[in-house]
Amino acid sequence: MGVIVTGIVVEKVTRHFAGQPVLKGVSLAVAAGEFVALVGPSGCGKSTLMRLIAGIDRPDGGRILINGRDVTALRPAARNVAMVFQSYALYPHLTVAENIAVPLSMRRMGVAQRLPLIGRIWPGSRAARRGIAEDVRSAALALGLTNLLERRPSQLSGGQRQRVALARAIVRQPAAFLMDEPLSNLDAALRVHTRREIVEIHRRAGAATLYVTHDQSEALTMADRVAVMQAGEILQVASPRAIYADPDDLRVATFIGSPRINTLPAEIDGHGLTRVAGFPTGVRLCGAERITGAATLALRPEDLYLADGGIPATAEGLEFLGESLLLHARHVGTGTALVVRLPPELVPDLPPGSRVTLGFDPARALLFDARGRRLRDTAVVPEPSLV
Amino acid sequence: MSEAVLSAAPARREGATGEALTAWALGLPAVLAYLVLLLLPTLAAILLAFTDYELGAPAFAWIGLDNFSELLRDRGFAQALRNTVFYVAVVTPGSILGALALALLIEAGTRGRTLFRAVFFLPVVSLTVAMASAWQYLLHPSIGPLNAVLRQVGIDGPAWLSSSDTVMWSLAAIGIWENLGFNLVLFLAGLTAIPREMYAAAEVDGAPSAWERFRLVTWPMLGPTTLFVLTITMIRSVRVFDTVKVLTQGGPNRASEVLLHAMYLEGFTYFRLGYSAAITLVFLAIVLALMWLQTRVLDKRVHYG
Repeated sequence: MGVIVTGIVVEKVTRHFAGQPVLKGVSLAVAAGEFVALVGPSGCGKSTLMRLIAGIDRPDGGRILINGRDVTALRPAARNVAMVFQSYALYPHLTVAENIAVPLSMRRMGVAQRLPLIGRIWPGSRAARRGIAEDVRSAALALGLTNLLERRPSQLSGGQRQRVALARAIVRQPAAFLMDEPLSNLDAALRVHTRREIVEIHRRAGAATLYVTHDQSEALTMADRVAVMQAGEILQVASPRAIYADPDDLRVATFIGSPRINTLPAEIDGHGLTRVAGFPTGVRLCGAERITGAATLALRPEDLYLADGGIPATAEGLEFLGESLLLHARHVGTGTALVVRLPPELVPDLPPGSRVTLGFDPARALLFDARGRRLRDTAVVPEPSLV
Repeated sequence: MSEAVLSAAPARREGATGEALTAWALGLPAVLAYLVLLLLPTLAAILLAFTDYELGAPAFAWIGLDNFSELLRDRGFAQALRNTVFYVAVVTPGSILGALALALLIEAGTRGRTLFRAVFFLPVVSLTVAMASAWQYLLHPSIGPLNAVLRQVGIDGPAWLSSSDTVMWSLAAIGIWENLGFNLVLFLAGLTAIPREMYAAAEVDGAPSAWERFRLVTWPMLGPTTLFVLTITMIRSVRVFDTVKVLTQGGPNRASEVLLHAMYLEGFTYFRLGYSAAITLVFLAIVLALMWLQTRVLDKRVHYG
């Protein structure tokens, strides 16, 4: 990782709550113009990290830099970041236009100018107000809020409130955007639609964007890079494609992907050959990573198929999804549950209890050591039983 | 179709009547209690206000609005009305702003929340009459600790409760002390209900000071609480009676006469129940006006619909 001057840089940040470590030395960099999604299960520390970057909370250790400036000790107001909250946190007594104007009036007008009555006649406030009104109008235009400017938040739908929160964030062109699960209060259809809009807004604004979510499909569809977080640690930061197809860690592999990746307990012998319950898989570990003993072989549901030879399993049920079909089965040797994604037109009648054999391409199998670290240096051994 | 309607409709009407009867039967105790304990006495008071009835008198006469025209001429009543308005005008802002400031301090602190809440709530649960004697001692011109302290710094303290210049201020101070704890607890509850995220948003939006965050988040979000506290405090202070009765009896020279004490004097000392009822009606009108102000005017401005 080179030195990134612009954008958000988090260096070895730690945070404890009541003696419990919530962040265990987290480092992350979001370049200017980049969209990074921070994804992880609830309670993994992702919202805490976001609050630290915004300055609402202070880290116990480590540094936070925004556009090259160390902001660790600065108040939120001095950091020039904008944040969209899960609850939107709109001011209920202000109209949409006033809500969007708040970040501007806090910056551009003095204390006296902001006062309700005196502020109107205070010198210079008319020009400041006119500038603010113009910027509010263009932010509202960008989010299609022009007709709603005089409404109060309570008169808006969830999606509209969300747009107001976004408009309030973009109106002052911040150095960084922070979004804390901004879509989780919307219904499913609106969520998919708003995803595209947020990406579009990000592209136009060009600021570093950190987007916190527990929804992996949001992370994969929206982000340039995805950071997977678990138990206070960032496990991997990579492009959505790499996170899905080439995970560093078994926890990343099992967290990303739905249905969950299949994991089979495996054995690596002295020659590097991998077996599952005595069955040769055709995956050989080679090179420097000479590890023997217990390991895990992971296979995406779409990488398994029905074959004449392969790992033996018992069918347990079928789930029709429209474009595909999920076969739930159980591995005969280890009793591990398996899910296979199949094209719906190819599946024969499989009553529960019937025996199937599942084939796979060894080149697509992912091998992990006993501690869950990825073993990358693998090769395919031609194996007659796995045609 | 029409037959079905014809045969079904009476059955349903019977069912509805039965249901209504059950409802009335179930509601009867409450309705009766409301009639006997609230509505009838109020009605009796309204009727009495138009008579010259005196307690123990064998008969009474309808005198129309005579009681009210007497009220207009009665300088004692005018004084009582002025004093009550003064009392409300001092106690309401005093106890609301004081309670709000204390609530913000307590909420901002990390320790002793329960202790402070209990300390300031104590006057609310204690008996006003008993506490009034404590105040009488505290404010006593010669042996009271307040004037003793003032003497230490060379000030000759006034006779707080027996000088007509200071008596209303003293009573108002006691009134603030009485109402503060109640308002404080209400404000604390209101503050707890404000989402933390709102403050975070205000900080990120650049609110530079605690005052600015108060203006942007706390004050508007406390609107409904403040309105409730305002109404309750005004009604409670219009009703001021115990401290006046125990400490000054409206004196000196009616300088601390208030509405309810005047009513009490007329009704239970001079036994002029008709005249006393007329004062009660004035009192009732003031309370109703305050409640109207709350529901019609202010309510719309604090619930941001």
